[in-house]
Amino acid sequence: MDTRFDVELIEVSKRYGATLAVDAISLRIPAASYCCLLGPSGCGKTTTLRMIAGHEAISSGDILIQGQNISELAPVRRGTAMMFQSYALFPHLNCLDNVAFSLKMRGVGKAERHAKAREFLDLVQMADFAQRLPAQLSGGQQQRVALARALIMRPKVLLLDEPLSALDPFLRIKVREELKRLQRELGITFVHVTHSQDEAMALADMMVVMQDGHIRQSGSPREVFEKPVSPFIARFIGSHNVLSGPSGPIAIRADRCRLGVPGEGPFVSGRITAVEYQGAMVRVAMMTDLGPEAAALMPDRDFYADPVGPGDPATLIWAERDAHVMMEA
Amino acid sequence: MGTTTASPIFAAERRMAWPRLRFPAWAVSWLQVGPMMLILSVLFALPTFLFLAVSFFDYDRTGIYPAFMLDNYKELLSTPSTWRVYVSSLKFAVIVWAITLGLGFNVAYFLVFHIRNSMLRTVLFLLCAIPFWTSGIIRAIAWVPFLGRNGAFNQILMALGVTQRPLEFLLFSDFAVIVTYVHLFTLLMIGPIANSLSKIDPALIEAARDAGASRWRTMTDVVIPLSKTGIALGSLLVFTQVMGDYFVVKTMSGGQSASIVSMLSTEIQAMQYPPASANAMVLVIFVAIMVALMMRVVDVRKELVK
Repeated sequence: MDTRFDVELIEVSKRYGATLAVDAISLRIPAASYCCLLGPSGCGKTTTLRMIAGHEAISSGDILIQGQNISELAPVRRGTAMMFQSYALFPHLNCLDNVAFSLKMRGVGKAERHAKAREFLDLVQMADFAQRLPAQLSGGQQQRVALARALIMRPKVLLLDEPLSALDPFLRIKVREELKRLQRELGITFVHVTHSQDEAMALADMMVVMQDGHIRQSGSPREVFEKPVSPFIARFIGSHNVLSGPSGPIAIRADRCRLGVPGEGPFVSGRITAVEYQGAMVRVAMMTDLGPEAAALMPDRDFYADPVGPGDPATLIWAERDAHVMMEA
Repeated sequence: MGTTTASPIFAAERRMAWPRLRFPAWAVSWLQVGPMMLILSVLFALPTFLFLAVSFFDYDRTGIYPAFMLDNYKELLSTPSTWRVYVSSLKFAVIVWAITLGLGFNVAYFLVFHIRNSMLRTVLFLLCAIPFWTSGIIRAIAWVPFLGRNGAFNQILMALGVTQRPLEFLLFSDFAVIVTYVHLFTLLMIGPIANSLSKIDPALIEAARDAGASRWRTMTDVVIPLSKTGIALGSLLVFTQVMGDYFVVKTMSGGQSASIVSMLSTEIQAMQYPPASANAMVLVIFVAIMVALMMRVVDVRKELVK
C-alpha cells in the first residue's frame, strides 16, 4: 500500500448534464500536508472537495486515500471529515452533543462520548461553552466547535470548505494560524478550499490553482509565486505584472519593479493612474503605453524620496533576471 | 438651483410642512391590535360567554329560563352515549392524525428536499393546494360515487378479478370516514411541516451523513427534531378539525357513527339550547386541554414568531 500520498485524484471528472464542472484532474497530496485548493468562483474547487468527501458522486476517475480506492464508499468510511462552509452545526444540539454526534451514530455510550467530546472541545479551547447552543456562539466560536466535531472522527484527511470566509479579517488571520498549528500537531492532511490567495499562501504546503475545472498549477506557494506558469496564474496570485516579452508573456513581481529612468535594463513607460499607501509599502499603479496595466510595489522610503502622483508620466524598470518567462500563454 | 422639484432635501422639507399626527406609542399598539381584537371579541369571545351562560340555564319544551344549575352538565356527562361519541371522535382523530402525519411528513420532505427545481416544487405545491379551493363538502361527497357499492373502485376491483362481489365496507363505514378525513386534512399537515423543513439547511443533512448517520438516524436525530414545531402545528390543525367535524361523519358513515357536533346539532334542532351549550362548552374545554398538552411538548408559538 502506497502511503506516501494521503489523497490521490486520478483523472477525476464531474459532469452536471452537459456541463463539465471538473475535467479529468489528477492530483497527489503528500502525507501530512496542508493543501489549499485555490481559484476563482466556479472553478470546480468546491466540487473537487465534495467529491473527496463523498457528498458528490464522481462522474469518472478514482479517488484514493492513503492508497485505498474510496471512490464508491460512503463519506464516513472514507477516513475523511468535512468542515462545512456555514459550519452546519446542528441548531438543536448543544456544543457537546454536536461534537459527540458522530460517536452517538457509532453507538458509543453517553458517558464515554461526552468525555471524548469534552476532550476535543478542550483541544479547540471551547470547553467552557459545552452547554451552549450554536445560536448562542459567535462565528469564530461556531467554527471551533465545527472543527472539533470534524476532528473527533479521527480523520486521515480533514476537508475544509472556505472555513475562514465567514470571519472578520482580524479573526481570519488568528484562526488560520491555529488551523496550521493544529494540522502540524495532529500530523494529518488538511485540504482547504479558498478563493483567497493570501490565505492559501499563508497556510499551504501545497497550493493547487484551479480554473474552469482544470488544475492550472500546483506546487509550494513559493514555487507558484516565483514561477507562475501562465498569465492567469500570475494575475490570480496577484502582485505580478504581466507584460509581453521577446519570447512570450513574462511576469515580473511588482515588488521587484521600480520607477526610474530608461537605462540599459528592460523598462516600460506609461502614466500613473493610482497611488496606494499600504503602510510599509506604496503601490503605484500605471497604465503602460503598450496597453496592459502594471504596478510597482515600493518600500515607502523609496517612494517618498521621489514621490509621484496620478497623471504623472513614469517609467517602470526591473532587472532582467526578475522577468519570469511563462511557458503557457 | 433653478428648479426645486427633484431635490430630496426639498421633498423632506415638504413632508415636514404637513401637520403630522403623532400618536403616543401605546395608542399605536392599540390601533394595531384593535381590529383583530374587535373581531375576536364580538365573533368569538362574546358568543362563547353567551353559551357558557346559557349552559347553566333551565329549559323545557316551550322555552329557556335563566338559572344557574349544573343539571345540563350532569346529564351530559352521565349519559353513556356522550362518552361513546367522544371515544369514537377521539379514535377517528388519533387514526387520522397518525395517517396524515405519516403522509404529510413524507410529502413535505419529498417536496422540500428531493425537488431541486423550484418551479416544479411550486407546481407540485399548487397541485396539493388547488383542491382546497373547492368546498370540503363537495370533496367529501365526491368519494360517494367512487367508493359506493357500484362505485368506480368496486368496478375496477371486479374487472381486475380481485373480488367477485362488490366490497361493502368501502362506503358508509369508518373506513370511508377515515379516507375522507385523510383526503381533506393531509394538506394541513403538509403546509406547516414543509415550512419547518424548508428552514433546515441542507448542509445539516450532509453533516449528519458525514458523521456516519444512516438515513434513518438522520431523520430521527436531525430532521424530525428540527421540524417538530411544524409537526405540532399540523397535528393541532388536523386534531381540532376532526374533533369539530360534523359533515364527514354524517355523510360518510351513513349514520352509523355520530360525532360530537352532530350530537349538538340534534339538540339544537330540538330547541334544547342549554344542553347544547353545555355540550359545546365540554367540547371546547376538551379540545383546549388536548391543545395544551400538545403545546407542552412543543411550543408552537416559537415557530409562529420566527
